[in-house]
Amino acid sequence: MSNQPILDHLWIIPLLPLLGAAVNGFFGLKWPNKIVNTVALSSTGISFACALEAVREFVTYVAPTGQIFRKEFFDWIVAGNFRAGFDLQMDQLTVVMVLVVTGVGFLIHIYSTGYMAHEGGYYRFFAYLNLFMFFMLILVLAANYVLLFVGWEGVGLSSYLLIGFYFLRKSAADAGKKAFIVNRIGDFGFMLGMFLLFRTFHTLDFHDLFDQITKQSWPHEAWGAFGMMTIACLLLFMGACGKSAQLPLYVWLPDAMEGPTPVSALIHAATMVTAGVYVVARSHILFEHSETALVVVATIGCATALFAATIGLVQTDIKKVLAYSTVSQLGYMFLACGVGAFGAGIFHLMTHAFFKALLFLAAGSVIHAMGGEQDMLKMGGLSKKIKVTYVTMLIATLAIAGAPLFAGFFSKDAILFSAFTVGGNGGHLLYAVGLLTALLTAFYMFRLIFLTFHGKQRYDEHHVHVHESPWSMLGPLVVLAILSIFGGWFALPSFFGGADYFANFLLPVFGARGEIEGLSEAAAHSLEITLAIVAVASATVGFLVAFWLYLKQPGKPAELAKSLKGAYTTLYNKYYVDELYAAAIVRPLVWLSENVLWKVVDVEAIDGTVNGIAHGATAVGDTVRHTQSGNTRSYAVWVVVGALAIIFIIFWPALHAFVAPAQAAVTK
Amino acid sequence: MVPTQYYLVLSAILFGLGAVAFVVKRNIITIFMSIELMLNAVNLAFVAFSQSMPDKIGGHKLDGQVFVLFVIVVAAAEAAVGLGIIILTARNRRSLNIERVDLLKL
Repeated sequence: MSNQPILDHLWIIPLLPLLGAAVNGFFGLKWPNKIVNTVALSSTGISFACALEAVREFVTYVAPTGQIFRKEFFDWIVAGNFRAGFDLQMDQLTVVMVLVVTGVGFLIHIYSTGYMAHEGGYYRFFAYLNLFMFFMLILVLAANYVLLFVGWEGVGLSSYLLIGFYFLRKSAADAGKKAFIVNRIGDFGFMLGMFLLFRTFHTLDFHDLFDQITKQSWPHEAWGAFGMMTIACLLLFMGACGKSAQLPLYVWLPDAMEGPTPVSALIHAATMVTAGVYVVARSHILFEHSETALVVVATIGCATALFAATIGLVQTDIKKVLAYSTVSQLGYMFLACGVGAFGAGIFHLMTHAFFKALLFLAAGSVIHAMGGEQDMLKMGGLSKKIKVTYVTMLIATLAIAGAPLFAGFFSKDAILFSAFTVGGNGGHLLYAVGLLTALLTAFYMFRLIFLTFHGKQRYDEHHVHVHESPWSMLGPLVVLAILSIFGGWFALPSFFGGADYFANFLLPVFGARGEIEGLSEAAAHSLEITLAIVAVASATVGFLVAFWLYLKQPGKPAELAKSLKGAYTTLYNKYYVDELYAAAIVRPLVWLSENVLWKVVDVEAIDGTVNGIAHGATAVGDTVRHTQSGNTRSYAVWVVVGALAIIFIIFWPALHAFVAPAQAAVTK
Repeated sequence: MVPTQYYLVLSAILFGLGAVAFVVKRNIITIFMSIELMLNAVNLAFVAFSQSMPDKIGGHKLDGQVFVLFVIVVAAAEAAVGLGIIILTARNRRSLNIERVDLLKL
């Protein structure tokens, strides 16, 4: 026991950021930035160190036994046979998530000290950021759905607070509300899913629940052909769709770019939005029991990947491009989960956390250099002026585009391979769409690079003083760049016929994927190589098109936009989805709220009731006040009458007992 | 020894007289006296109970008598304040009729 001190006190990992949030939030107002920095960075830094130590202890002492680490710290809700405790667990999946959250989170905290240095509300920003870390760690460490849901809602709250960080700007406040409300729709499904699971299995504890399911001791027949498991999975997936910005609930994520850039990097790219993927992967035992649910997950993921990538093609706001790219990549992760390759999904989650956080942070550095400008059409030719930012962003772009040996290459390849080998027309269709998305991804990412860093300078040098960011911002960029290059090398040996370390590491959680039908191991291996070459080829096509359009023929994109006006405007306006939602849902709801809920229910019913009661009280008082005659003797009469009444009430039983036997004696 | 009930009946009669006089009489001084009468009726009941309750060592419990002392103290304070008010009322209104003193009504 004594050889795993941190693992036995696992609560310390989430608690440290909470402590930081509390200290900064309550006392930070009057403090100089330096002290706020110290508190925020030390709490997350120590948390990261604890996470590393906990992982070391887990891998050394627990993993070899084939067990997971699980500890109940205290009871939280106990009612009847229901128990939801503050139980934390650590298995291989948690290891990946905890390291990503604390590691990337720590880097982004460092970056923020540079990026936010001149902003107001400095302490508030770090308090929120630390609060987010706390909830995210609760989410990934929780050992039951209820505690997971606490983290789930908490990260939603922190996301809301941070999107609306510049709350004086109406667009930011609105974006925060939008994110919160859209997430609420998903959470509704998530809760229903939890209730359904509890109703069926009488537990929400991961261990007990999955145990029951794998032992098949659950009433299949009770729910007919469609299956309770399918419904539960789809409801959980609805929550995941909201949190991870999938069709049709993705609309909040692009708007969430109103928040400060480090927030976009940490919450809306690297960690929080992957919570949905994590939940699906964590519930993989449920999903594996429902063919339908898996198909839905794969389809939605695949559709989102393509859909968001096409919107990303024409956006001109540098952060919007990255936002749609995030939505698209999250679709990839769901695609992986949907074809049963949960390991590949988590692998992509991790590599994506590295390179997308890097992309956002680099974009933040560009915005910083440009003095707040986000429109790529007003940049251009920045590569020589901000070299470090340029190089790191290029590395991230290569990684996301799937250039060989970069992190994204391995994870994307694993996903496409899994989609292809799932077989049938469906699998091949998923693969084709995934491949097309890869091509589009390469295109829009290199478009971003060329527009921002190459070509002619399109800004006025007299107004914009381009300058490289301080090292507190560049340091995290460099570290993330290194991770974006090497982060995928866990899977490297598999290309030489060896073992995929990452997949093997997660094997105890997800189990082995079955043998691929009609394929020997060697054939599968050569197929993987072939598919990788195809993927690289399609990414190269995307790169070449971007190269040709934005470097060789700079006038061409505008011409192309003109000749394809219909398609261009549709894409530029994001398929008019926001307008569609406004017309179909928002406006009817507003109308209903105004004309029914406000003018009838609120004014007539609720106000009517409240005012009616008040009027009633006035009327009663008006009548009764006449007893207050001012005549002392009448008051005295009331006192005497009251006293007599009380005496009578008190002695009534005694009197009764005294009279009744006498009566009985008389009748005898 | 006189049985306790006798005291209690006397106490009840005195209290009843006080209560009736309190309601019926119009002179403030008389009303004041009837209040004193009720207080002393209660005092009588207290000492009667005290006398009827033996304690463990052969005497009787003194709780009732202690209460009486308190009542007397409070009644004395009340008399001081009450008589002061009555004198003021008499000076200001040139009357001791309770029905003339009804300024507290709406």
